[in-house]
Amino acid sequence: MLRGLGTLVVFVAFIGLVFWAYNGKRKSSFDEAANLPFADDASDTTNSAKEPKE
Amino acid sequence: MSTATQENAYNYKVVRQFAIATVIWGIVGMSVGVLIAAQLVWPDLNFDLPWTSFGRLRPLHTNAVIFAFGGSALFATSYYVVQRTSQTRLLSDSLAAFTFWGWQAVIVLAAITLPLGYTTTKEYAELEWPIAILLAVVWIVYGIVFFGTIMKRKTSHIYVGNWFFGAFIVVTAMLHIVNHISIPVTFWKSYSAYAGATDALIQWWYGHNAVGFFLTTGFLGMMYYFVPKQAERPIYSYRLSIVHFWALITLYIWAGPHHLHYTALPDWAQSLGMVMSIILLAPSWGGMINGIMTLSGAWHKLRNDPILRFLVVSLAFYGMSSFEGPVMAIKTVNALSHYTDWTVGHVHAGALGWVAMVTIGSMYHLIPRLFGREQMVSVGLINAHFWLATIGTVLYIASLWVNGIMQGLMWRAVNSDGTLTYSFAEALSAAHYGYIVRLIGGAFFLTGMFLMAWNVWRTVRVADYSRATVAARIAEGAH
Repeated sequence: MLRGLGTLVVFVAFIGLVFWAYNGKRKSSFDEAANLPFADDASDTTNSAKEPKE
Repeated sequence: MSTATQENAYNYKVVRQFAIATVIWGIVGMSVGVLIAAQLVWPDLNFDLPWTSFGRLRPLHTNAVIFAFGGSALFATSYYVVQRTSQTRLLSDSLAAFTFWGWQAVIVLAAITLPLGYTTTKEYAELEWPIAILLAVVWIVYGIVFFGTIMKRKTSHIYVGNWFFGAFIVVTAMLHIVNHISIPVTFWKSYSAYAGATDALIQWWYGHNAVGFFLTTGFLGMMYYFVPKQAERPIYSYRLSIVHFWALITLYIWAGPHHLHYTALPDWAQSLGMVMSIILLAPSWGGMINGIMTLSGAWHKLRNDPILRFLVVSLAFYGMSSFEGPVMAIKTVNALSHYTDWTVGHVHAGALGWVAMVTIGSMYHLIPRLFGREQMVSVGLINAHFWLATIGTVLYIASLWVNGIMQGLMWRAVNSDGTLTYSFAEALSAAHYGYIVRLIGGAFFLTGMFLMAWNVWRTVRVADYSRATVAARIAEGAH
């Protein structure tokens, strides 16, 4: 019984997670997070873009 | 450097140290791998010495490639990614330096004690207790540096790559400490605190999650930064990455019992391990698809970017081996595959195809940036390395598929009177040709690493540190 409940709790948590992640409200916030690797491109790529190709 | 400038710049020094260590330990670990592969073809290469026998060099190989090569790569990339995506310097330079020198000390101690025969006999956890304690201390300091850096981040989000690195650090500490609890008898001998089937279960809970959290979750952290960076576009779906993360870490921890099918482990635990291993396919493929689809609209970049090729092919091998794994975890399949070379081939599909190739791709992205160069001195050498690595991996895994299935079939063949059709020695000699092909595959892969070392050497020699200092300057929240 208790073991079965454990499965149910994890299942509900998973469904909840999917709804949380795919909720339209969070789209812009996730877009912002997804762009974090590029947020500091100024320093990272100024460095690369300006150097002549070898 | 004054404190003021330090606070405005990322700590690249420790990243550089770990990046160079990655290349060096990769060559050392893979060279030992090629040597023991050659020993299986020509047993005379044991040299009749205890220190160079297969049984002692094999753990040296696994520890060197997993913890020295893979570990250094994870330190380098996690320190780099956490700084750049949190837009802040590492919590402490001295603690970070301690993790570098401490980790190198663990590696050197392993390289001395394993050939001497000091071992706990637990696979991937062979290091005896004094070294295991040092490793635990280094690891906890690593956690402090990593999470301390996250806590002082200047960004509101914790980038998904850092979630993966974080889970890898936390779970590796838990696994290492719990599995290593033991009673020391002398300075170099201890006995596990657990007994019998419990000991076996804890060992494979550790062992499989060393694969799951060290060799998968950590390298997924690498993937989530370097694939978008090299493809110059954000990850395909950030939402999928969140579902991927939680599903992967929830499921992986249960899969260990599939290493103990048909043993003294209770049947229900074996079945649980099997079921969890099969379900694990879903998050694994979710992550792979997320990485590969990041290239949608940018597939043409593969044509002339060998670094991107490394990263994408690593994901393809990840998808392949994370499909093969669940199949092999099915008890009826495992009855054939277990204890054969198929297992060794499967591990290397993941270790060479996924872990090493995503690492190599990330290093080729990272190393020029650390040394103030636009790119590696020779792109042609990267391309040559790519083909050596890919062909080497394919030769390696294909030969061991053939060997493994052949061994499984020969071992289980029985005559009508119930006696075994083949002796063990007959199956062993049938594996000889497969071992030759495997050796060639491994040698290909190692040759690629030598090309990498040469390329890195040339790149570091023309390093432009003033440019690297500019690259290490922290973006002042303006972006």
